Amino acid sequence: MSDGPVTSQAGPQLRTRAEGLASSLPPLLAEAEQLANSVLTGSHGRRRAGVGDEFWQYRPLSVGDEARMIDWRRSARSDTHYIREREWQGAQSVLIWVDASSAMGFTGDASRPAKSDRARLLALALSVLLVRAGERVGLANLGQPPRAGRLSLVRMAEALTGDALDGGEYGVPDTTGLPPHSRAVFISDFLGDPAAVEESLGKATDRSVRGALLQVLDPVEETFPFNGRTIFESMGGGVRHETLKAGGLRERYLDRLAERKGRLDELGRLSGWLYTCHHTGDSAQAALLWLYSALDRSR
Amino acid sequence: MFTLGPLGFAAPAILTALVVLPALWLILRAVPPAPIRQRFPGVALLLGLGDDETQSDRTPWWLLLLRVLAAALIILAFAGPVLNPQDERPGSGPLLILADATWADARDWPRRLDRMEALAEEAGQAGRSVAVALSTDLPPGGPEFLASDAWASRLPGLSPSPWAPEPQALAEWAEASEEAWETYWLSDGLAREGREDALQALERKGVVTVFESPRPIHALTPARFEDGLVKVDVLRAADGIEATVPVVARGLDPSGTERALARVEATFAPGDTRTEAALSLPAELRNRITRFEIEGARSAGAVALADDSLERREVALIDGSGAREGLELLSPLHYLQQALEPTADLLEGQLTDVIPANPDAIVLADVARLSPAEREALTGWVEGGGLLVRFAGPRLAASDVSRDEEDPLLPVRLRQGGRSVGGAMSWGEPRKLRPFPDGTPFAGLLVPDDVRVSAQVMAQPDPDLPERSIAALDDGTPLVTRKPLGDGQVVLFHVTANAEWSTLPLSGLFVQMLERLAVSTRPSVPDAEDMEGTVWTPEEVLDAFGTLQDAGTMPGIAGEDLVSARPGPDTPPGLYAGEDRQLALNVMAEGDTLAATDWPPRIPVEGMATEAETPLKGLALILALLLLAVDVVASLLLTGRFGPRGAGRAAALVAGLLLASSLADPAMAQEPAPTPTSEVVLAHVITGDAQLDDTAQAGLRGLSDVLFARTSIEPAAPEAVDLEADELAFYPFLYWPVSTAQEMPSADAYAKLNTYLRSGGMILFDTRDANLGSGETPEGRKLRQLAAPLDIPPIEPIPEDHVLTRTFYLLQDFPGRHLGRDIWVEASPADAERVEGMPFRNLNDGVTPVVIGGNDWAAAWATDPQGNAIFPVGRGYSGERQREIAYRFGVNLIMHVLTGNYKSDQVHVPALLDRLGQ
Repeated sequence: MSDGPVTSQAGPQLRTRAEGLASSLPPLLAEAEQLANSVLTGSHGRRRAGVGDEFWQYRPLSVGDEARMIDWRRSARSDTHYIREREWQGAQSVLIWVDASSAMGFTGDASRPAKSDRARLLALALSVLLVRAGERVGLANLGQPPRAGRLSLVRMAEALTGDALDGGEYGVPDTTGLPPHSRAVFISDFLGDPAAVEESLGKATDRSVRGALLQVLDPVEETFPFNGRTIFESMGGGVRHETLKAGGLRERYLDRLAERKGRLDELGRLSGWLYTCHHTGDSAQAALLWLYSALDRSR
Repeated sequence: MFTLGPLGFAAPAILTALVVLPALWLILRAVPPAPIRQRFPGVALLLGLGDDETQSDRTPWWLLLLRVLAAALIILAFAGPVLNPQDERPGSGPLLILADATWADARDWPRRLDRMEALAEEAGQAGRSVAVALSTDLPPGGPEFLASDAWASRLPGLSPSPWAPEPQALAEWAEASEEAWETYWLSDGLAREGREDALQALERKGVVTVFESPRPIHALTPARFEDGLVKVDVLRAADGIEATVPVVARGLDPSGTERALARVEATFAPGDTRTEAALSLPAELRNRITRFEIEGARSAGAVALADDSLERREVALIDGSGAREGLELLSPLHYLQQALEPTADLLEGQLTDVIPANPDAIVLADVARLSPAEREALTGWVEGGGLLVRFAGPRLAASDVSRDEEDPLLPVRLRQGGRSVGGAMSWGEPRKLRPFPDGTPFAGLLVPDDVRVSAQVMAQPDPDLPERSIAALDDGTPLVTRKPLGDGQVVLFHVTANAEWSTLPLSGLFVQMLERLAVSTRPSVPDAEDMEGTVWTPEEVLDAFGTLQDAGTMPGIAGEDLVSARPGPDTPPGLYAGEDRQLALNVMAEGDTLAATDWPPRIPVEGMATEAETPLKGLALILALLLLAVDVVASLLLTGRFGPRGAGRAAALVAGLLLASSLADPAMAQEPAPTPTSEVVLAHVITGDAQLDDTAQAGLRGLSDVLFARTSIEPAAPEAVDLEADELAFYPFLYWPVSTAQEMPSADAYAKLNTYLRSGGMILFDTRDANLGSGETPEGRKLRQLAAPLDIPPIEPIPEDHVLTRTFYLLQDFPGRHLGRDIWVEASPADAERVEGMPFRNLNDGVTPVVIGGNDWAAAWATDPQGNAIFPVGRGYSGERQREIAYRFGVNLIMHVLTGNYKSDQVHVPALLDRLGQ
């Protein structure tokens, strides 16, 4: 990413890391090249005639077409008049919401990044990819509509690095600035009230927005390695639960977690969203690839 | 002090705190382990989940037990537990501390003194007056009661005596006194006559407490000679389990220093108090034995002095007939050999050969003529105390020896031809022997009837003949005559030594007569009659500790007393010298036994050991600390904190606790020095001569510095290598200064050295004497000794084209502090050839494993840590030049070690030729 004088006082580190992560995605790029040449060039064809630069098809002149639309070179080769149609090309708007609640600040091991770190990294890496593909990307937390161009990346990086986790035990997806027919990505641990997620998803679906749910969990949350008398507190300290034998809760906790995951998956399927769970202990690339392909599929 | 068995408590009041333990149990039981606060976003999923089991809100019983135990230990610890507390003995009034102080006490006398001192001090603290008495050396006039301080200074002067007390003396001594007292009796543990009486006498005076050491008491009886073996009886007092006692025979070795000549183990069967140690020794060794002792026992009873009785006499048998063929039974020496062989060592050979061996007796069987040289030597030997026994025979009868004039080596003048009685041509009958008169050596011997003499040589009836005749035939003709000559004597049997002239050699009388003449042996125990009228003076006396001391001016003892004497104040055990022999008076006599004292049950018997109080406070606290450490781990396990995250902290905690408890032992912190594996390190061998080792170290330091400065070799600080302990494989080079003080390395060390040499190591031997070639110097000899077991190839003086001359510098001299040309290296193979036009031979293989020289290189190299030379070399500029060359030799040597014969490669020839200016 040597092109473009991208400098930022606030978030060079996060941005560098994100770009580094994004640049090391040859499989993704190769796949994208295979899928559509336009991934690299900018806007995508919509596989139908419309406004754009790329040739789509010649069609015979019909009633209502303007004369200036006639492709004379083609028409000269036959008796009928042909109109040269271009493929409809348009940039996609993607709005990314990253959960900024205090629950995301958890990490089970000092050597692992916090969930929020991973979530932000993924969000920015996805943005880099999308911007590079010519899409418009916006951050729901920022409250601004999606924009194209590298400058928006800088702004997003600043936003993601700058602010700390803004209170709130558990995050609720923010759907306020969501443009209709756009794409959305919700990155959160989805450990809070599922009803709120459901509601947000409903609102999004109402605006015919589709997208992806990425659940980021710490491995500790997946294995529950606790024993003995323990007082569990939420990251903000607002919720607490005391147990005398934490080991005895493991099975039931894991059941509930699985239930939550199943519900999210179900929710996604009903509303045309895609869902996956990502662990901070795993490589971020897998999650990025999944995100990218999820957006690609829903595009 | 409150005592509980062997345990005492300094502050028993604290023990009442143990009462709170049950309460502690209840409290601990009610308090569940403290919860962990765990931040966890997933708590939202946990809400509403209850615990299935309610059991873990109580501390498990074993953890409770652990904690209560720890608490109990802490309470116990602060109550000041003491093992074997010293409790005061009750009692009042005067106290007599009575020690047996016999030889059996000597073994642990210092301990007894300590005990006596402790008892006296204790009595002094109780305000009692104290008397100390030794039963072998009773103070006249009853016990002397003094303040215990007065005894404190006198106690160290007391010493045991090497004899047993008089049986009745103690009882009489006690009864003679009017006073009454309490008695502490420090017994030596041996039963002996009169003990019971003494005990009763003391009990009449007051309470008696006996102190006895449980240590085994061993003793040796005098050695005796039986069946070709030297035998010593080992006695012990307690018939306990099987035990082995090492017995050592000591004596002078040929160089005159006393050392252990032989060693044997005597094993007691269980229940036995007597066993036998038998030594089979060559006569030469046996004659040198001066004493037997039980190894390690410092006691006069464990020493058996050997006097002359052990010595087997050496008797030389000389046969005048020379090379004579005939029946064995006709040999003049046959009967003598038969008679003497069991008890004496026989020498045979030419007279001139045997006299230098200085035998105790020489027997000449029918030898008439002696050469002047033999005569002179023999006369001198007899006059020096030898016993010459001559037998007559046809030769003597036919010769004119001692015919007209008495021969000095014959006791009487002889008549020509002798006589023959009872033969076919004579009238008379063979003569019997007349009973031996009193006053002759043979007095008391029974004359068997069947001894007949049929021929003899006749003595001239000189005036002194009756006096010299010590045995005669029944007609009065002398059969055996003797005369003194100087310190020795000459004895003549007027018959042959074989059965030709008489049947005397066939009879037992012959052997007895030889014995009486002390030809075969000296009687082992002279009886009182023999000793009557003799005076024996003590030469050396034994003290109770078993060491021989000069007797000084002790008065002599009458022989008859000495025979029956038991060791006592007047007759201390030791060596007594008589006229011509020594007698040993030993502590134990033949047939003595040892038995342990059997005290009546009413007498309390205490151990001798002044048992030290062992405070247990520290131990109890450490135990409590350990328990608490276990509790830490257990609690962590129980609360789930001993996970992968908690383990590290818990381990650190436990390690800290253990470290705290082990700080008391600083030795644990020591680690072996790291072996140098990452750097080149020069090393020198520790010779045991501290100064030399320092010089070697300084020398290698100087050389290392030079190498560092001038070459690409950058050695670390040099090290000292202990051949016995250190691994040599890490050192490419060893400097070995040869010191006469060095002990020979062990076989293991040599095995290591050989492996080292074979695997490419190099040793530089430095005799430091600049005089290697002759091998005359002490260091040179030492070097030969040291290097003998080493696997060193053939060596040669360094040839001019040796690679050592050019591995770094071009050198021809290898000086150290001395300028010597002679250094030796492995010999080059004989087939090494010089290539045409090349200055040196083709020698491309191997590094010499040893370089041997004597130029004291280390001294030339030596620098202090600041880099200043320590020792002067030579004078002025030339001296400094010599030091420089020495350094260059060192550089070349290390280069040679590290690069091998690389500089021998012909590739370097042009460059070398260029530098050599050719």
